[in-house]
Amino acid sequence: MVPDWSEKRRHIMSQGQTAATAGPATDSARHAGTARVKRGMAEMLKGGVIMDVVTAEQARIAEDAGAVAVMALERVPADIRAQGGVARMSDPDMISEIIEAVSIPVMAKARIGHFVEAQVLQALGVDYVDESEVLTPADPHHHIDKWSFTVPFVCGATNLGEALRRLAEGAAMIRSKGEAGTGEVSNAVVHMRTIRAEIGRLSALPAEELYAAAKELRAPVELVTEVARLGRLPVVLFTAGGIATPADAALMMQLGADGVFVGSGIFKSGDPARRARAIVEATTMFNDPDVLVKVSRGLGEAMVGINVAELPSAARYADRGW
Amino acid sequence: MSGPRIGILALQGDVREHARALSDVGARPVEVRRTAELAAVDGLVLPGGESTTIGRLLRVFELLEPLRAAVVAGLPVFGSCAGMILLARDVVDGRPDQPLIGGLDMVVRRNAFGRQVDSFEVDLDVDGVEGPPVHAVFIRAPWVEKAGDAVEVLARVAEAPVAVRQGPLLATAFHPELTGDSRMHRLFVDIVRSSGSGR
Repeated sequence: MVPDWSEKRRHIMSQGQTAATAGPATDSARHAGTARVKRGMAEMLKGGVIMDVVTAEQARIAEDAGAVAVMALERVPADIRAQGGVARMSDPDMISEIIEAVSIPVMAKARIGHFVEAQVLQALGVDYVDESEVLTPADPHHHIDKWSFTVPFVCGATNLGEALRRLAEGAAMIRSKGEAGTGEVSNAVVHMRTIRAEIGRLSALPAEELYAAAKELRAPVELVTEVARLGRLPVVLFTAGGIATPADAALMMQLGADGVFVGSGIFKSGDPARRARAIVEATTMFNDPDVLVKVSRGLGEAMVGINVAELPSAARYADRGW
Repeated sequence: MSGPRIGILALQGDVREHARALSDVGARPVEVRRTAELAAVDGLVLPGGESTTIGRLLRVFELLEPLRAAVVAGLPVFGSCAGMILLARDVVDGRPDQPLIGGLDMVVRRNAFGRQVDSFEVDLDVDGVEGPPVHAVFIRAPWVEKAGDAVEVLARVAEAPVAVRQGPLLATAFHPELTGDSRMHRLFVDIVRSSGSGR
């Protein structure tokens, strides 16, 4: 079935108004899985750090350090790079153990286009699904129809058009892609700056030029118009891919990220608990150099990095998805 | 005459949404990350977010004790979701070492309605809010498990209290800041005004 974008759009818009319907609050009047509930969940993560974890023990370390959520996965991106092979959804047992281990939200990754992995993750009770380019894409043409799920989705983007195409498919949160598993922040910077600059350009356009802009962005004109009006995405915009130090996290926050995903940067470093705490504190006080000095001291070894410029194009995860 | 100056604890969470709602009802929102900033507000909002994260940051940035003292001294505070948890005396299903500010004589159950797939919206009648029901958004929300006699229950879902008030302290398990309906914020600003700004 072809999703009816305008119908979904009306649904979202109608939720943007105060409900006029009267009546007592009964269980039958509860609505789960709405766009507002999905997007709202991401709003609650703002200013926070979401950490990749591969065991329940790591999940507890992340929670203790002040992570707002953990991303449960089998291998962190640095190991996927090093070991190669097909990267898939994680073992359900491992995800369940992590869900049991922590009180904070648990996210997990599904392959691009692999809607059955997403169904499994939803049934497991994960709080957010990341349709992620870090895993090996399952469909070279189509992302998951995310409207058909109760669980919300976060998707990666390298530019505004890509972000809006993911929103059109029902994503409730966007993260700039960066280049995962490198410990090198430059691509995260480029993607965040690109998205921000493209939003800035849209906001400056007269209304009649938004149609052509939508065509260029290959995105629905309704979303383009909304972004132009708001001056930001209508959902939360996190950053990801290459953040390895407190200064990296603060840099991305100063560039306008709403929050930070850290993948390999924490548990591939010398002192994960301490680095995790430092990145959390740097993300909160991203504008305070005195705090940044303090938290940057004595962290031990950072993860060994890979220069993105030296990566062959086939090894660049950010190019996956469209 | 300008409206009361209301701080929003800005360590983590949906600060921007609360700021907009407060502006809508004529208050002047300011972000609070430091003790000195806390001293300059007439009331304080504890936003939605992750209560374990905010609690830990309150300790790290040495705001926990000043906040507890401010609550004892009568500072009006409104907490939504994570903010409700922070205002509780005790928490069930949380982390045993989770720092709380306290002030409301209640025990809350964290993630009481379930995980994110169970998050929901519903229309609620809230005591003290005139007009049609409040459209309430519950996201991995807590509920009030036990409340002392001094705690006034303003709204319930099924049997569980989800909006409460005790003197100048107001808390909701849901997120009025996400809907564009600013009546809960108006109620809070009225509480701030009647408590006499300029403590």
